[in-house]
Order: sequence, then C-alpha cells, then structure tokens
Amino acid sequence: MEKFKKIESNAIPLPMVNVDTDMIIPKQFLKTIKRTGLGKNLFYELRYDEKDAPIDSFVLNQDKYKDSQILITGKNFGCGSSREHAPWSILDYGIKCIIASSFADIFYNNCFKNGILPIKLDESEVTKLQKAAENSLSFTIDLENQMISYFDKNINHEVSFELDKAKKTSLLEGLDDIGLTLAKDNHISDFENKQKSRTPWLYSQQIK
Amino acid sequence: MSTPKTLYDKIWNDHLVSENEDGTSIIYIDRHLVHEVTSPQAFEGLKIANRSVRKPNFTLATADHNIPTTNRDEGISDPESKLQVDTLEENCKEHGITFLSMSDKRQGIVHIIGPEQGFTQPGMTIVCGDSHTSTHGAFGALAWGIGTSEVEHVLATQTLVQTKAKNMQINIQGELPLGVTAKDIVLKIIQTIGTAGGTGYVIEYTGDAIKSLTMEGRMTVCNMSIEAGARAGLISPDEKTIEYLKGRPFSPAENEYQSASDYWLSLASDDGAAYDKTVNIDASDIIPQVTWGTSPEDVVSIDGLVPNPEDESDETKKKSMIRALEYMGLVPNTPLKEVKVDKVFIGSCTNGRIEDLRAASKIAKDRKVADHVNAIIVPGSGLVKQQAEEEGLDKIFIESGFEWREPGCSMCLAMNADKLKPQERCASTSNRNFEGRQGRGGRTHLMSPAMAAAAAINGKLSDSREI
Repeated sequence: MEKFKKIESNAIPLPMVNVDTDMIIPKQFLKTIKRTGLGKNLFYELRYDEKDAPIDSFVLNQDKYKDSQILITGKNFGCGSSREHAPWSILDYGIKCIIASSFADIFYNNCFKNGILPIKLDESEVTKLQKAAENSLSFTIDLENQMISYFDKNINHEVSFELDKAKKTSLLEGLDDIGLTLAKDNHISDFENKQKSRTPWLYSQQIK
Repeated sequence: MSTPKTLYDKIWNDHLVSENEDGTSIIYIDRHLVHEVTSPQAFEGLKIANRSVRKPNFTLATADHNIPTTNRDEGISDPESKLQVDTLEENCKEHGITFLSMSDKRQGIVHIIGPEQGFTQPGMTIVCGDSHTSTHGAFGALAWGIGTSEVEHVLATQTLVQTKAKNMQINIQGELPLGVTAKDIVLKIIQTIGTAGGTGYVIEYTGDAIKSLTMEGRMTVCNMSIEAGARAGLISPDEKTIEYLKGRPFSPAENEYQSASDYWLSLASDDGAAYDKTVNIDASDIIPQVTWGTSPEDVVSIDGLVPNPEDESDETKKKSMIRALEYMGLVPNTPLKEVKVDKVFIGSCTNGRIEDLRAASKIAKDRKVADHVNAIIVPGSGLVKQQAEEEGLDKIFIESGFEWREPGCSMCLAMNADKLKPQERCASTSNRNFEGRQGRGGRTHLMSPAMAAAAAINGKLSDSREI
C-alpha cells in the first residue's frame, strides 16, 4: 500500500447526506475480478445520464475539480454494502482524503486498507470547508500533524483532526496488515490449541 | 462474583488472540463465508504474496450475488458474471475450500445457507465480505461484514485486527400484535434510531417480542442491523437456538451436542450487564411498516401518509426528503395504501427463508396477482426451494400468477438480469431502498413478505391484515 504523505489540492464539495456505496459504485461494476480501473465509474448514476453522457451539473464533471484529491461530503458517508469497490473507485479516480461529519463503519475501515484518509469533523466545521471547496480554494492535508489548512482571503485557516493512533501509523507507513499479523503466528497457534480443548466441536465439524 | 457481562463481551473475550500496543486486538475468526463478488481480489492478493489459506475447512463458499434465477441449465450467459463465478470455483479448488456450486441443491444466499447447514453456531465469530453477515447474530454468533482486504486477511491468518465496539441494547417489550412480523420490528427500529444510530455499536436485541420470534424471524431482525448502522446484531442463544441447530450437517455431533449446548446457553447476557445505550420500543405499538423514501430509515406505518417535507424543520433533512420524494415519484400526504406498484420481489437474505414463503403463500392462496403487476418469488436457497415445493407452496404461487425462481440474491441488488426499469415501483422484501439499488431509476418500498404478497394481489401498497 502506498504511504500517505502530505497532500495539496482543491476539494470536491458533495453536500449530500447518507451517500451509500451503491451510489459510489453501482452494482454493474462489481463484476470485475480486479481492483483497478473503477475510477471512471465512480458516482456513475450521478455523473452520467442514461445514455452514458456526462451530466454537466454534477460536481465531478466540472473541470476545476478534475484533479482534486479531496472530497468533502455529508454525514454517514459510505453506508450500505461492504463492497471495497467503493474505496477502490475513489482511489482510482485520484481522491485520497474524504472529509465528513461521520462515516459508516465498514467503509471507514476499508479506506485505511487502501491508503485513503477519512477525516471526521464537527458538522459546523464541515460546512465551512464545503464553502471553501465551492470557491475552489486549495487545501493542505498534513497527516503527521493531523492538520487541514487553507488560505482564504490571505488568512490561513487551520483545522486539526482526531485519528486513532494505529490507523495513522498504518497510513503513514503503508503497512502490510497481513504481514504484521502473520508475525504473531505463534499467538494464533496458541489460541487455536486453547480453543480446541475448550470448545472441541469447533474443530471436529465435517461436511456430510 | 465477576462483573456481569453482555453476550458481546463474552464472545469478544473468548476470541482474543492478543492485544496490540496501539489499542487494537487480534480476534480469532471461527468461520468465514465467501462469495464470488468480494473474493477474487483477495485470492489474487494471496497469490501475489505467496500466502496460503490457513483454515480451508473453516471456510465455506458459494455463488449467490451474480447468478441467474432462471434457466440454470444454460449456465451464466453474462461473460463477466461467468468469469467471476468460475474464478471463485477455481480459487476454492486450489485452496481446498468447500464450494457449493449453482448445480448443488444446497447452494443459496450465504446468509441463508450458513444457518441452514449448521455452519453458523452460537458463540462463534463469523465474517463474510457482505454487510448482511449480521444475520448470523440471531444465533448469538458475533458476525459482521468485511471488505475484500479483510477477506484476504482472514483467509491468510484466520484473524482480524479489531477495536472493540460499544454495547447497545434494543429492548422490544410486550407482545407483537397479530399479523405483525419481524420485518416490521426491524423497520420500526431503523426508523427510531436512524441509519447511523448504531454506528460504533454492536446491537443486542432483547425483550419478550424478540424471544417470541422463531429463528427465521430473529435472522430477519439481525440481518438489518447494518441498515441501522451497526456492523453486528446479536440475540442471546436459548432453547429455540439449540433446537434449530440439532442434526444439521455442520452442527456438533451427538456426543458433543450437550456440552456445546451448555456452552451456548452460558453465553447469554448476564442479568445486570451494562450497555452503553439502551433503546426501548413497545411491541404492541407496531403495525405493518413500509418505506416511502430512499433510505431504510424512511419508514411509515401502512395506514399512514407520504410525509411532507414542509413539516421538517431541519434544512438538510428537508432537502433530502424533497430529493427522495422526487426520485420515488410520490406526492406528500398521499395515503400509502393508494400507491400503485408494478413489481413485487419476495426473497433476499432478509426474507428468503421458508417461514417467509409460507407467510406470503397464505396471502396468495386462492387469489390472483393484479393484472398490471409482475411478481417474483426467489427462495433463499435450494433447500428452501425444495422444502417449499414439498409443502406445495410453489403451486400456490404459480396458480396466483407469481413467478417461481431459482435461489440467489436476485433483485435485492439487481446484479443479475432481475432488475427494475426506470420509474418502476416495487414492493420488496429486501433490505435497501437506495436510489438505483434494484435498477437505475427503480423505486423500492421495503416491507414484510405478507405485505409484499398483499401488494401483488391488490396492485398497490396494502395492509396484509385486511386481506
């Protein structure tokens, strides 16, 4: 996984609440056996009409947000299906940071597995950032110092954010979670031996 | 005496492999269900890193999301879908995982076949790359949906790195009125706490109305925990749980059944266990529920009206209500019972079990599906289908004008050919009414099987108790 460094970019304002993963990446794109190539279908039904033509009014189709790496959106973002195709499509599009007042659990977790930083802020703070995003201001996201900053009319605004320590480390170092767990293989084997004597039926199941 | 513990606390403690310095824990995973859509990239990851599957016999795979519900003999015509299903079969063969293929009568929706096969048992940790894994919580198993990266993690290590969630109790007191079902309970819960109400929690459902439910009904309630924002829902194991699992293919053998049952019963939440939050709902207040909008919290009673955004004071909510009503093609203050439907879908991991089909058949018997309605019944598994046919339910449905299909996820997520056309309105027993969920532009109203059958007969949303 790629390490998360500092990013600098303008931000896409998407002031919608309860954006679900079906909306992020509709089911017809889940038939793939690859992780890559999903970015062009991100927010497909909001982004393209029924004849596959871009809907001009949708924010992702506006030129100024073409290279944005940040998405600012409403509460409970990523609810619904557990499909990791949602963060894959977001990352493939080029977005590396999502700011919202809350996220659905599975989606939130999936972001960290893909090097995406989801930032939770108070709703009033998110609203301010939305305004700045609408004016296409440039934001800096500094993960190490847990700080969002942007200049508005020559005034530097700084907004700090909270993040679980383990998740921060994982992003900063681009860690291989599986490798880390496998390094504790002896703990897992010990557990299995203990469990086998305590609840032996879990180990004697056979398909009949 | 030790501190009273919740069911969640007990299962968590019994699966703790080690605690990491950063506050996370490694949790052992007893059983892993795998399907075609969220697994190919996980197997690919294993291959790239030259890793193997740690416990193939703790893993069970089937194809459900992406398969046709008609003309099974002809195979899968969509080449992408076919590749995905074939890939799963090859991956299972390579790693020694049991795979129930489309031609196996035990095939079905993962969350239907786990319990049906006795693969799901109380006290287990169970995961699957599907958010409705919460279903298995009905047995007192800690079960939750994961993404593909975590699927790979479980395949390789049989563990997950987790942070403990908080405990929420949802207590449904009193007796459920006649004709009101598990689906109505869970829709009422989601309306009450909202789709983010359970975020960060594991919900335990308690109270007389929950205890009185069959295992099938309990699965319906736990299934939609995720629609209330909670990754997992739980119900303490009791005699019904033990009775249900007896003699199933993967269930503990006879000589181990007593000790397993004793352990299962010991997991029930202790009296006086502390919950971080408790919500009380009176069962006697619940009547059949339907959704009107595009979020599972957009719930009203069937005798109600389409809500009016003008009555909403919160600006953001008002905006999303207006958007939802426009998408749904509904006018505020219309009585729900006047809303005409085009399609009816009875099935899914929420309501595709035998009890659900029996409930729908009672309404369908000796009646006809309205002329303008296309109604399909998709059993949750091959065994549910077989059981229904043994009971003659298929004949009742076919005589009424319903289509009788092969098992799978079907129109719940519309990945296969079963989908709504733009602006088509569907009475559905599934779990999500999101924009486009059942097909682009399709309009979904969630409800119980009896209510969906009633909508098919009357051609509009109806109160199943009045049929």
